[in-house]
Amino acid sequence: MKDEAATLASYAARIEALALALGLDFHRVDFELVPNHFMAEIAIYGLPVRMRHWSFGVRYIHQLVQQKMGNSHIFEVMFPGDPCHAYMAQSNSVAENTLVTAHVLGHADFARRNQLFTRFSTMAGTQIVEESAARAHRIELALQRHGADRVEAILDAALALEQHVDVNLPLHRARYAGQASAGPPPPSAPPATPLAPFSQLYQHLPGEHAVVTPPTAHLLLPPQPENDLLWFIAQYGPELEDWERDIFLAVRVESFYFYPVYACQIMNEGWASYWHARLLREAHFLPPSLYLSAIKSHSDVVRPYAGERQLALSLNPYHLGFCMWEDIIERQGLEKARQICRDDDDFSFIRNYLDAELADKLGLFVHESHRDGETRLASRDIHAIREAILAPKYNYGAPCIAVSLLNDDGSLVLRHDHQRDGRGLDLEQAERVLAYIARVWRRPVTLHTTDFRGTARVLGSARATPA
Amino acid sequence: MQQADSADADDEGAGDAGMPMSQPWYALFSRGARDWLRHNQKVRDAVQAYLPELIAGPDLISGPQQRSVQVPVHLLEHAHFRLAQPRSKLGAGQGAGQPGDILRAARPLGMEGEPAEGDGGNGEGELRLLLEFAVDDIMDWLWEELKLPHLKPRHLSTIADVAYVRAGWDKHGARSRLDRRRTMKEAIKRRAIQGQIPEYTQESTQKRTQEHTQKRGQQQPAAFTNDDLRFRQLLLKPRPSANAVVFFVLDVSASMAQAERRLAKSFFFFALQGLRRSYARVETRFIAHTTRAWEFSEQEFFQVNGMGGTIASGAFRLAHELLNEHYAPGQYNAYLFYASDGENFSEDRSAASLALSELLPLLNYMGYVETVPGTPHTMETEMHRLCAEQQRHGLPLQSSILAKTDDVWSAISTFFQHEGEHAQEAP
Repeated sequence: MKDEAATLASYAARIEALALALGLDFHRVDFELVPNHFMAEIAIYGLPVRMRHWSFGVRYIHQLVQQKMGNSHIFEVMFPGDPCHAYMAQSNSVAENTLVTAHVLGHADFARRNQLFTRFSTMAGTQIVEESAARAHRIELALQRHGADRVEAILDAALALEQHVDVNLPLHRARYAGQASAGPPPPSAPPATPLAPFSQLYQHLPGEHAVVTPPTAHLLLPPQPENDLLWFIAQYGPELEDWERDIFLAVRVESFYFYPVYACQIMNEGWASYWHARLLREAHFLPPSLYLSAIKSHSDVVRPYAGERQLALSLNPYHLGFCMWEDIIERQGLEKARQICRDDDDFSFIRNYLDAELADKLGLFVHESHRDGETRLASRDIHAIREAILAPKYNYGAPCIAVSLLNDDGSLVLRHDHQRDGRGLDLEQAERVLAYIARVWRRPVTLHTTDFRGTARVLGSARATPA
Repeated sequence: MQQADSADADDEGAGDAGMPMSQPWYALFSRGARDWLRHNQKVRDAVQAYLPELIAGPDLISGPQQRSVQVPVHLLEHAHFRLAQPRSKLGAGQGAGQPGDILRAARPLGMEGEPAEGDGGNGEGELRLLLEFAVDDIMDWLWEELKLPHLKPRHLSTIADVAYVRAGWDKHGARSRLDRRRTMKEAIKRRAIQGQIPEYTQESTQKRTQEHTQKRGQQQPAAFTNDDLRFRQLLLKPRPSANAVVFFVLDVSASMAQAERRLAKSFFFFALQGLRRSYARVETRFIAHTTRAWEFSEQEFFQVNGMGGTIASGAFRLAHELLNEHYAPGQYNAYLFYASDGENFSEDRSAASLALSELLPLLNYMGYVETVPGTPHTMETEMHRLCAEQQRHGLPLQSSILAKTDDVWSAISTFFQHEGEHAQEAP
């Protein structure tokens, strides 16, 4: 065991040197060997130490069942930062961990180059693992102080809205213009919008008490539909206590952190796979037997899901990304690849660099499944393929729901952009989420959407009583 | 130990990307398991809210053996906003084939549990929990939740049974009740005090002289004095009866169908449970009646099918006879629960009224439930009127209407709350 660790450590050091020589650019990576169950937990929680919530328990049990059935094996989980943190399963063989080391260096290189990643780390710092542990600790304290039920009510709402953030705007946003300086408005009273200089001048004429009411249109909040539900609720929740806001914002920071990983999955995994393959290929110091078993693991990870049937109804992002990068580097060179790595995310990557020729070579297609389970091969058109790959990823994989109005009585109106999403919401789920929100908002919450037939529906949380 | 390991790894030239081999805190507990337990707790809490419905189902009344209820439950799902299921779903795939090829056949109608389509769906097969609840636990929860006062035995004035109870010690008493241990303790205490007094009061010469005279008299403190003796005291106390007898009376005339009996049975079960909590021993007697009344065994009781009309007075008289014959009033608390659809021959009106007014003073309580499954109509029935009349006379009777299983529990709670009030008034 100790020998293995020493061997691995020496390989790791030499692979790192090789990576630097090949022009990889990364922050220091702290590797840690951890037990399998901890690997599973990192994968479930998304972070090594994160807030507790019962929904993670449900995922945990599913993961446990998957592992028992042998469907799932997690080799590594890596958290970009400065330093990066990488966790490797103790049960991995030396060959596997050598591969994983190279793979992680590929990720670290990607995270340092890619603009989405760097943008996040400039906004939120580079110590996500430690910070999330600190947030978890704060929530733990809140649990002791306010009880599990109240904390859970907040987390039910916040985690349900995890993807409903606006990643195009900064992480740290001020309240809407004009109110930032005024401080938090009195609960349930809409904050006053600033008056025009002229009105301000005559607002307090001696002997005059009539308040100048600005036109109502100016009072409406939010000024434009607000997609960042977590932010809006944290900022404008009429009776939210500070510790509750804190939890909402904690979930929001982590959601921002997960976004680059989510939006660059194909690129990032492809890039790391490209580099682990190349690093291992050029690491002549590795014994041939170790190289062989490492490269066998490589082909297990980076292969189409098809298997023997020669047909898969879903794509392996490792395989797709790997093939695309190989194609790009072969045809356009490493420099161009590094530029793409910097500028793109999966959406532009797939649209710009997955061409008909490559799609054909990989045998990609679009399939259409009906409700009765019948699945047909629908098309091999490149545009349709790109759309089929990307469609589930739009808007962080969540329906487009925005705050459209905060009423004078504190009630909240949400609106689902069903035209953009192409269809309505799952109403039963939506009602339950509304109930979560209403417990936190403590005022009625309504949601405008359509049902599966396209008929307009207004869902309300009237039944949800304030906790 | 683990720390040393990690230092070794560093020494051996791992450099910046070294792998500290440590086995820290996370080996000790599992956050996933903790959150899973929390989930299970939530499931149990949710199930508890539906308990009355859950246990109205199984056959619980027969016997106190192996009583537990198994409840299959789905895992809780954390809701998210998501789009409605589309008529047809597009996805990306990989492999050979021509447009139009069928990649997967439609599943036969009515088949459930098909794995999700497209990109592997959520990949989470259907997991279920099977929760097992002991009926006793369930009853505890119910009582806790509803904060019902426990049944109190009736006022004890009529109870002849008395018993001797130990009640403290005295310096006088019969020799046979001498408490040797206690006496010994007293003697030791006294001797200790007598032996120590001089040292305590050495400063005060005045006292010292007094004590010297005392001490001279008791150089060796006496082993025992009469003051040391302690005798156990006994008091005569009336003993409250710890036993109860419950009569279950069921109208089995033609109008009482399966649904009515089911309601009655659930009600009887809860009532019995409530009494079992209050008494060490509860005996049950089962009486069914049409125009006549018979006693049945528990197994037969709910299977009995009767024909013809309803004369309730016979059942009340039978209960009265059994009570007189087998259960001395001082030793048993008597309860009667009567379930009927409310019909009674009008010729029987005065007879039933008389029988009831004779029977009721002997009972701690009588509960009457009218089973009218389905429509909760508030018709004034013959039996209801009869009971209301007795109630007006201040006799311990309560009536309630059962339309569905939910009502069973509300009937029980009115009954027990009623009893609780009585119990509070009594002292």
